[in-house]
Amino acid sequence: MSEREIVIRVRNLVKKFGNFTANDNLCFDVYKGEVFGFLGANGAGKTTAIRILCGLMAPTSGEISVAGFDIYRETEKIKRHIGYMSQKFSLYEDLTVYENIRFYGGIYGLRRKEIAKRADALLVRLGFSEVRNSLIKSLPLGWKQKLAFSIAILHRPDIVFLDEPTGGVDPITRRQFWDMIYESASEGLTVFVTTHYMDEAEYCDRVSIMADGRIEALDTPLNLIKYYNASTMDEVFVKIARPVQQL
Amino acid sequence: MKRLRGFIIKEFYHIFRDYRTMVILFGLPVVQVLLFGFVLTNEVKDANIAVLDKSKDAETMNIINKLTSSGYFMLNAVLESEDEVEGVFQEGKVKQVVIFEENFAKTLKNEGRARIQLLADASDPNTAQTLVNYTTAVVNTYLAEKAKSEGKQLLIDVVPKMLYNPAMEASYMFVPGVIAIVLMLISSMITSISIAREKELGTMEVLLVSPLRAGQIIIGKVVPYVFLSFLIAATILLVGRFVFGVPINGPLGLLLAESLLFILLALSLGILVSTVSKTQQTAMLISLFALLLPTILLSGLIFPIENMPLLLQYISHAIPAKYFVIILKNIMIKGTGLESVWFETIVLGGITLFFILLSVLNFKKRLE
Repeated sequence: MSEREIVIRVRNLVKKFGNFTANDNLCFDVYKGEVFGFLGANGAGKTTAIRILCGLMAPTSGEISVAGFDIYRETEKIKRHIGYMSQKFSLYEDLTVYENIRFYGGIYGLRRKEIAKRADALLVRLGFSEVRNSLIKSLPLGWKQKLAFSIAILHRPDIVFLDEPTGGVDPITRRQFWDMIYESASEGLTVFVTTHYMDEAEYCDRVSIMADGRIEALDTPLNLIKYYNASTMDEVFVKIARPVQQL
Repeated sequence: MKRLRGFIIKEFYHIFRDYRTMVILFGLPVVQVLLFGFVLTNEVKDANIAVLDKSKDAETMNIINKLTSSGYFMLNAVLESEDEVEGVFQEGKVKQVVIFEENFAKTLKNEGRARIQLLADASDPNTAQTLVNYTTAVVNTYLAEKAKSEGKQLLIDVVPKMLYNPAMEASYMFVPGVIAIVLMLISSMITSISIAREKELGTMEVLLVSPLRAGQIIIGKVVPYVFLSFLIAATILLVGRFVFGVPINGPLGLLLAESLLFILLALSLGILVSTVSKTQQTAMLISLFALLLPTILLSGLIFPIENMPLLLQYISHAIPAKYFVIILKNIMIKGTGLESVWFETIVLGGITLFFILLSVLNFKKRLE
């Protein structure tokens, strides 16, 4: 794997809130085109880490580069090369499907013609051409999720950050959603995803598991299952996360 | 620039598609102006008055009869000396005292001109002004009739004196205050709510991850509301003008420019509120209690600042609406230009600048 291109490079990332250390000396690399799972119990520090990587928050210390840009000095450049989808899907409910696409395309500085072209392609691919002019609030949750993901990568970022993208969605829709993620990753997109669902962790190329602000494990799901002598990722997660939680 | 335009268009969609917001934006100001107007404009009927007749002649008797038969006045007390005037006002028995000077009829006949002194209780300025107007009208009608029957042109000077409120605030003085309140309410509350809504929906995070700068997000959020607030201010002015006859004596351009300044001030306060509130409810409550209530209570709109305890008077200097109301009253009613309100304008401009800076800085910091 070492010859692969590194798109996120994190060394000694520390984030403190007063006396509380949310991220304790994180070190990891994410390679181009991989689906990187970022797991951890609530409060383990994964949201803090993802916010730092997206430029929403400054780290206390550490060397970090995202998409080849330094997180302290080149925040604006990073922003143009990443996409972000939050757990709330972040679409405007009172705008139509097309208006949402146009708006998000617009804030990334895409030209109107380019937006129209990409929007058409996107709608055809999702089979959403009929709801082009429907308000978002009239769509089922699974549709919103797919649309939110497609919009997050509309400007063709190098990396897309997905913060618990499958919350509240039924298993079939989740499966379809992962198919979308794979498809995009196969085209060279790097996917950085946080999730609660351990079956989803098994879909990732590599996963890191955080507990108490530290990364306790980082490897392919298969290796982790073997190493921790478990039968599923769920067991791995419980073995890693539980001892810490009981402290 | 293009990014900003898309943002602003999107913001307008939010506003126009949410009919409840529209109702608040345009219904509320109109309702407030009408409410204030009709509550404060009271038709006077059977108002209690007292008479101090030092002359007691045919003319004074006639005029008193005219007054009491007009339907506007009820003779409640007949006074014998000026010492009693204070007493009847204090007891609240009468709203107005009519004083005829000595040798009223004789003076009128010999000199062709006599004098009636009116003392009105101007603690209720609207009623006081109405009573004085009615009294003058009754006296003038009497003179006109007399001129017709006797062929002599006589003059009676009705000299009103406003007690308890010598400055005599006119009945339409409420309009500037309502403009201040409504602009403060709409501009600050609606902006803070709309920013808080983006936080609630999670769209704010997406905006912040995008290449948009904090300044651009704020401008995009604020521009539509500047535009709407401006329309609203115009609506209130129109309602004031055509329903209540509030004049706009000073330069209209200056009036609109000052309104714009106040709108910007209120919007920057709205942004500031939004930076400290995570939900729409919080934003609404903070706007109501921290911005709207002080505006109503301490701006001099309802309670005269001169009558407040010293401490509150000092606090009132920090209420932006106070300066705006002074500016509005000067331009609209006194008809003066910038030369009379430059100080207030500078104060408002300074406060606006301060809050814009503070909210932009806070906006960045809070969202980290």
